Amino acid sequence: MRLFPDLAIRTLCAVASTALLSAILAGPAAAQGQVTVYCSILEEQCREGSALFEKATGIKVLMVRKSTGETYATIKAESANPKGDVWWGGPGEAHLQAAEEGLTEEYKSPMLPQLYDWAVRHAEVSRFRTTGIYLGALGFGINTEVLKARNIPEPKCWADLLDPKFKDEVQLADPNSSGTAYTLLATIVQLFGEDKGFDYLKGLHKNISQYTKSGIAPINALKLGETGVGIGFIHDIMTQKLAGAPVKAIAPCEGTGYETGSVSLIKGGKGTDAGRKFVDFALGVEAQSINNRLKIYSMPSNREVVIPPEAPDFKSMKFIAYDTAKYGAAETRTRLLKKWGDEVKSLPR
Amino acid sequence: MRKRALLWVAVALAALVLAPWYMEPADGSVPGFWLTRVINPLESALALGFGGRLWLLLALVPALAALKPGEDVAAARWLTACGLIGLALVLAQGFLIGLKGWNLDMLSAFGSGPTQGGMGTGGFLVLAAFLMLTCAGLAGQGWCRGDFFVVSAIGWVIGLIVLFVFMPVLNILASAFQDNAGHLMPALFWQKFSDASIWGLGCVTSGTACGVAWNTVFLGILVGLSSTILGTAFALIALRTSFPAKGALKLLAILPIITPPFVIGLALILIFGRSGAVSTFLFQWFGIPPSRWIYGLPGVFIAQTLAFTPAAYLVMLGVVQGISPTLEEAAQTLRAKPFTIFATLTWPLMRPGLANSFLLGFVESLADFGNPLVLGGNFEVLSTKIFFAVVGAATDQGRAAVLSIVLLSFTMMAFAAQQLWVGRKVYTTISGKGDAGLQIPLSRRVEWGAYFLAVPWGLFTIAVYLLIFYASAVKTIGRDYTFTLQHYVTAFNIESGANGLLFSGSAWPSFFATVKIAAIAAPLTAAIGLLTAYLLARQSFAGKRAFEFGTLLSFAIPGTVVGVSYILAFNVPPIEITGTMLILVICFIFRNMPVGVRAGIASLSQIDKSLDEASFTLGASALTTVRRVILPLIKPAILASLVYAFVRAMTAVSAVIFLVSAEYNLATIYIVGRVEAGEHGLAIAYSATLIVVMALAIYLINLLIGERKIGRRGAAPAPSAPTATPVPAA
Repeated sequence: MRLFPDLAIRTLCAVASTALLSAILAGPAAAQGQVTVYCSILEEQCREGSALFEKATGIKVLMVRKSTGETYATIKAESANPKGDVWWGGPGEAHLQAAEEGLTEEYKSPMLPQLYDWAVRHAEVSRFRTTGIYLGALGFGINTEVLKARNIPEPKCWADLLDPKFKDEVQLADPNSSGTAYTLLATIVQLFGEDKGFDYLKGLHKNISQYTKSGIAPINALKLGETGVGIGFIHDIMTQKLAGAPVKAIAPCEGTGYETGSVSLIKGGKGTDAGRKFVDFALGVEAQSINNRLKIYSMPSNREVVIPPEAPDFKSMKFIAYDTAKYGAAETRTRLLKKWGDEVKSLPR
Repeated sequence: MRKRALLWVAVALAALVLAPWYMEPADGSVPGFWLTRVINPLESALALGFGGRLWLLLALVPALAALKPGEDVAAARWLTACGLIGLALVLAQGFLIGLKGWNLDMLSAFGSGPTQGGMGTGGFLVLAAFLMLTCAGLAGQGWCRGDFFVVSAIGWVIGLIVLFVFMPVLNILASAFQDNAGHLMPALFWQKFSDASIWGLGCVTSGTACGVAWNTVFLGILVGLSSTILGTAFALIALRTSFPAKGALKLLAILPIITPPFVIGLALILIFGRSGAVSTFLFQWFGIPPSRWIYGLPGVFIAQTLAFTPAAYLVMLGVVQGISPTLEEAAQTLRAKPFTIFATLTWPLMRPGLANSFLLGFVESLADFGNPLVLGGNFEVLSTKIFFAVVGAATDQGRAAVLSIVLLSFTMMAFAAQQLWVGRKVYTTISGKGDAGLQIPLSRRVEWGAYFLAVPWGLFTIAVYLLIFYASAVKTIGRDYTFTLQHYVTAFNIESGANGLLFSGSAWPSFFATVKIAAIAAPLTAAIGLLTAYLLARQSFAGKRAFEFGTLLSFAIPGTVVGVSYILAFNVPPIEITGTMLILVICFIFRNMPVGVRAGIASLSQIDKSLDEASFTLGASALTTVRRVILPLIKPAILASLVYAFVRAMTAVSAVIFLVSAEYNLATIYIVGRVEAGEHGLAIAYSATLIVVMALAIYLINLLIGERKIGRRGAAPAPSAPTATPVPAA
């Protein structure tokens, strides 16, 4: 019986030392002929995009998928010795914040003339440190089964959501944690004016069942029937609808705001030249057509991308003239978020 | 001492002459093959030093000076000094000369300065050698009875904890006192610290929510208590009763530990959510309108109790098993009633275990972020607040640091309370004396109490797990219950191509990386954790309490903060390891080793020191004593820490989310991505696969470690009836 414990312990020691050695030796690969892309869109989009880019240019893509907030925090923490080259996808506010803090590099892509005005405007606001790649319209989704079971008529406008019938039926993310919800906050303020806008949010607060942490959570709850109304991006709601969930996407009648999905070149990366090529690629027709295949119907920024008939009709939606320069700036954001926390969230329901 | 000193001087010199000093090859190319990163005289400190990097030659001086002969205390002091100077020189050059020149503004008077990258094999070997020289010198001066093993173990553990816990963590906590531009602003700390959203008492005084601090503490205490009670009930049933379905119950006690985050939360929503199975049933049969009670404190409490009971069970298992029957038998002979025996003997003897498992449950609840994220609703806790202070729409690293300090102060209080309760009493029950008598059966009352708690909980666990596997094999849970294996195919498809098997499923890369990293991290974590426990329980040295708390530090700090602190500390020379596998392994080791420490201390406090002393008297060194006497006796603790380390490495999210790279993506990060995209089927299928893999791994670990043999009679005629069965084969 004495041999066994010793044997076990010896095996353990051997395993441990081999393990340590192999961990130490697996050093980082050097960066040549490759580009590291931090990807904040969906996994499939990231994977397909990098495969297409590798095929077109022969440059190897190292892809790291993280959510927008996580990517921003990573880039900021790494700024002393940046490890990424390109930040692909995610709402424009976060990219603008990175641009404002000098984390990203100025780059005027030769693809700019091919883009819609809103994408070029976005680039101008950031002094060409970021460029728009898609537009996601804000709206709300309804779970038709839940609303039917509770005899609630289908809402059409932002104002309909204030009806006491919706008490405990609306989910929205917390703008302090979610960029999506901040876009809503900024949209409502621009749509109704700051005072009326906050009155609206206070009214909405009475009907909110919970402020979720992440922006996509209301849509997931909508899909599971945990809520009757979920506020989020229309293309995310469409994706659930196409997957068979009993949901419907509504573009509010008063008009709505939008996020400008963006791509930025990270300052001081090891593969900046390859990074520029990737930015051009992300703005091109090929990369922006990936979404059609994956049935993700945000609006591409390149004019030449064919928009399929089943996509939501962006022309019929009423958009506000979203002032990214003002509402993307850290100053406005901090003030609005604090005001929302003090005047809306702290109210009893 | 002389021989040891010569050996380590030789190591230092060999590293200076043969091994490449830096991690990256001099020309920035991809190394041809890995051996050039271990042996490469052309890039050694000596070669580079004579090539112009003169500061690299400084390390030669203390290394050569350590060769001065002598065996007395003065020579030992000399050796210690050489080692310390060597350490100081190597660290100073590393921290002062960075990627872009001087790292200290004061030095800019001397121009922009030389530049260098992160240290590689050579640098680390030289550091190790100087550390060993220091320890050899200290042992020579008679520290720790002159035992080199003990001194060097203390040296290594302290060195590693300072480097990988204190340095990054204190660095980021300092940002609590700075504004976002990095200027020192102590007033800002107070302003953020005293915020009403942290300490508000709205839930008592008015209808609004309470401050996060109160929520967090309340939840932590609830979860600490519930997991300890349930863990104890399971451990008592497993060891002290003749419950018929014992095997199954033991399996259920351990099952939740092997569950990836989000899955329990998701399963609870599918059961108790507004459209969940139970709610729908209650509505259809009893007309009870479905509600959202699960979102908030109740949901988080249930999910965390499920998740953290196994840790308590594993700790309690070792402790209950270690309680010697002698005392109980004596009490029985003296006609004590079974319940009196339990209340006055067994229960008090379990105290170290109870205290340690409460502390674990409390600290884990405080640091857990997956469950509050999914189930929290409007019930906010510090960990999620901290996460969104780092990654949210309003990022503020300073606020994250302030909230972490609040969280840490709670941990510290729990730690102090635990020390107070366990006190300085003696809990030794395993001594060198052979037969220790028969274990008496539990008091009826306690036995039925344990059944009453454990059986329903076990059934509930079964329901949760059945649901997980069921949900992984239907099209869309909650709507379309057609059987399908599509989710598994998407994740784990294997095609046979021209070049053999092609792992084309989307989950394979992250799956392989995760298993590899967990397998590397687990033995290292257990080894360091148990070594630390041994030092804390058996050796005395200055600053032991502070050191013990330090080992809890990286465990108690939310993963998000640890992750960011690791990037800030290890993305720049001298230790530049971001983007490698090493940083993930190190992060896991230092985040998960506290379980090994806690389990080890609880186990060791039961083992009579006279066993060590007997071994020592017979001329065995501390190392031999550890190997031959202590390790075989603390097998349940080894098992607990190995299992825990492996599983935590497979299921961690918050810290590693910042540390994963393109080459080393992890399963949980992939799963979180799927959950975000609303593809619950795929996420659950992947999780179910991980559950099976972890169950297999635990079975293997169990097989490898074997059982602890304590000289006790079996109650039955068969003399070799097992006295203890650690984790059941899953």
